[in-house]
Amino acid sequence: MSYNINDKGYYGEFGGAFIPEMLYPNIEELRQNYLKITAEESFQEEFHQLLKDYVGRPSPLYFAKRLSEKYNTKIYLKREDLNHTGAHKVNNTIGQILLAQRLGKTRIIAETGAGQHGVATATVCALMGIECVVYMGEVDIARQAPNVARMKMLGAKVVPALSGSRTLKDATNEAMRDWINNPVDTHYIVGSVVGPHPYPDMVARFQAVVSEEIKKQLLEKEGTENPDYLIACVGGGSNAAGTYYHYLDDTDVNIIAVEAAGKGIDTGESAATSVLGKEGIIHGSKTLLMQTGDGQITEPYSISAGLDYPGVGPMHANLYKTGRAEFISITDDEAMTAGLELSQLEGIIPAIETSHALAVFEHKTFKTEDIIVLNLSGRGDKDLQNYIEYFKL
Amino acid sequence: MNRINQKLQEDKKLLSIYFTAGYPNIDDTVTIIQNLEKSGVDMIEIGLPFSDPLADGPTIQDSSTQALKNGMTSELLFQQLKDIRKTVSIPLIIMGYFNPMLQYGVEAFCKKCQEIGIDGLIIPDLPVDVYHDEYKSTFDKYGLINVFLITPQTSEERIRYIDSVSDGFIYMVSSASTTGAKSGFGDEQEDYFTRISNMNLKNPQIVGFGIFNNDTFTQATKHAKGAIIGSAFIKYVTANGIENLENFIAPMLSK
Repeated sequence: MSYNINDKGYYGEFGGAFIPEMLYPNIEELRQNYLKITAEESFQEEFHQLLKDYVGRPSPLYFAKRLSEKYNTKIYLKREDLNHTGAHKVNNTIGQILLAQRLGKTRIIAETGAGQHGVATATVCALMGIECVVYMGEVDIARQAPNVARMKMLGAKVVPALSGSRTLKDATNEAMRDWINNPVDTHYIVGSVVGPHPYPDMVARFQAVVSEEIKKQLLEKEGTENPDYLIACVGGGSNAAGTYYHYLDDTDVNIIAVEAAGKGIDTGESAATSVLGKEGIIHGSKTLLMQTGDGQITEPYSISAGLDYPGVGPMHANLYKTGRAEFISITDDEAMTAGLELSQLEGIIPAIETSHALAVFEHKTFKTEDIIVLNLSGRGDKDLQNYIEYFKL
Repeated sequence: MNRINQKLQEDKKLLSIYFTAGYPNIDDTVTIIQNLEKSGVDMIEIGLPFSDPLADGPTIQDSSTQALKNGMTSELLFQQLKDIRKTVSIPLIIMGYFNPMLQYGVEAFCKKCQEIGIDGLIIPDLPVDVYHDEYKSTFDKYGLINVFLITPQTSEERIRYIDSVSDGFIYMVSSASTTGAKSGFGDEQEDYFTRISNMNLKNPQIVGFGIFNNDTFTQATKHAKGAIIGSAFIKYVTANGIENLENFIAPMLSK
């Protein structure tokens, strides 16, 4: 049994492409070409060259000595926070912009929640000199002003999503509507392992560079490619997909996925999809999502805008359903505390998304000899205001 | 014979109206349907509102949001429609996104439609191949026609496939757009309408998206069997209420 995607675009029973006919030609063009184009030698060469010289890969696998001492185990941090633009997101946008160019596209659209994916998209569009339009919920524009400014400075047009709840899911709807209205010249750079097939697989493949590097780096440091545990936070789930990718079928490697419990699972203000979600369809994918009994998609809550998505990617829905991954929910308070702890133990201020993953060490006891790799998916600069307000710094 | 197929055999161009159930007020559903029939409409699409209507422009989005705020659900819609066949005889189609149907249970949903006298469904985000492999037998069992969309970008091969799976009509989306575009039809649409007409498909075509007045209705039905008006009707209802619908319908049908 494989935990990776099958040839029909499904992970187990999750995935597929539940899209209106208006999007069919766009999606079909991608589906027919993404494997072929990304396998081309010239594509791989340019992709890896940019990851090396522009993004700064490979990102270090850092042994966190003081954190390990505190929790009496062996913790390695995969430093995606050191990438250009400050998170793992850029791995995917580099891949997709190269694909878009080869498909002859001259205009890029994207959705963004906290603005990280929007910035990563605006960055690669500037790099390639391609027009860029980013959809962002009106509510998010108000709370993420620095990232809005970054996108504008990079030359992107930021369009407020005014429909529905005016957050990430609505920005995604607006981007899809734009694509329906501009089917020929536009490529939609989806930011996570969500959306209709082939997006979940395509984004996972671009992010897979993370686990490819972990294998090499861990072999060097520990004499083995396989850690005992992999830990990553999951909103849509792209940093997690990259972390797990080359380990999916190595079942001696335990997988931990960390979701945002918000103010608590039972408070009505949460984003823990595995606990609160049911099977259904969101943004063209059959997966787990938070919804009413009548099938209306509900609005999640987390202090971290990057985990504030009412669904998870179909890969993760399958990892949950099959029990391949252990899902843990972390509250706002637990995450903020873990973020402060890492700052003071290791001198690394993490993104609040990543802080959720770090809070696992208070939740679960590991053996002294366990080797754990945690994806430090982003840096905390963008969250400084949140940390300041929370800790009254 | 299904009422849709009967209607399609009539020797006239058909006008179909879409409205969002539960809008403007929660209890307007039955009145709107009755008034539309009285106004001379040939077929009605009852929109089941969804929180995230991907294929729709602002007008239908806003009416859906309001309808949900008003408390519309699948169950409530079925309750409102339970006696509809005592007063209304034209074909009735439910149009909605797939997730609410999936949560209701596809078979239970279809069964309920049959009991009420619904003739067909339009589910924009249920792909034709998934329908064919997983749900067609259920739709057939309950005598429901499922209607598929084609667009100017749909390939000839795919149109032929959709035609082979369809047994009512094909919903021809007029241009690459979400609902409610209002720019009129140019040469590009004329070419597309002619191209599809020349394919001699077994299913008649009904054009939707971008039809809002007599001109666009006439252009759309020059080759096609009929046309669907949605956003323009919702705007009319928003401004004028649900009583004198013939003021909206009659000008569409005048030659």
